[in-house]
Amino acid sequence: MNRLQLRYYAQLREESGCSEESVETDAETAAALFDELSARHGFSLTCEHLKVAINDEFTDWSTLLKDSDQVVFIPPVAGGAHPCSN
Amino acid sequence: MFELTDQPISPSAETSHLQNASAGALATFEGWVRNHNEGKDVDRLEYEAYASMAMKEGERIVAEAREKFDLLDARCVHRTGDLGIGEIAVWVGVSSVHRGPAFDACKYIIDQTKSRVPIWKKEHYTRGDAEWVACHECAQHAG
Repeated sequence: MNRLQLRYYAQLREESGCSEESVETDAETAAALFDELSARHGFSLTCEHLKVAINDEFTDWSTLLKDSDQVVFIPPVAGGAHPCSN
Repeated sequence: MFELTDQPISPSAETSHLQNASAGALATFEGWVRNHNEGKDVDRLEYEAYASMAMKEGERIVAEAREKFDLLDARCVHRTGDLGIGEIAVWVGVSSVHRGPAFDACKYIIDQTKSRVPIWKKEHYTRGDAEWVACHECAQHAG
């Protein structure tokens, strides 16, 4: 079980109702962690829309989580080509 | 260099950082808050940054511009917080010996900043509602 630090921005912050939280989880990957938190907070975005950063670096959804990692799910940015516009 | 600020951006103050006796050109770009988007009247904007990563990614973009183009100096400043109509949301300034690289680098920096730096924009409309712009489009397409 890992204890992780989450920070939320923009729509995810509003939907979770918090800017940050500490989570104890058995989720092994960033993708599994997102699914767990999405089930709890009811996020309207899915991981296809998001990027993930661990300890301030963009990373893959399959990255294995370590104890005390700082995890941020990153919504599409204001001026970017978002992944659903194709 | 790249900066985030919650204070109004002063173009003349920013330009003064780029003064250089070798420079023959200065290209600047200002992104302004406009009063409409996609048919809706906009009242104000709110910018929220993931600051530590925005700084890292912003510095990376400015460094890439300095590698790709023959520049003397480059800076980019992005606002956070609440902005009214007409305010400057983002400022880019690039100095070089000749004008070509200054124009090209200025465009590179603003294009990359808008697509890569984790800063989000919420539009508040005159009719009372509000939306996180890119997130909203995604949620709609997901349906």
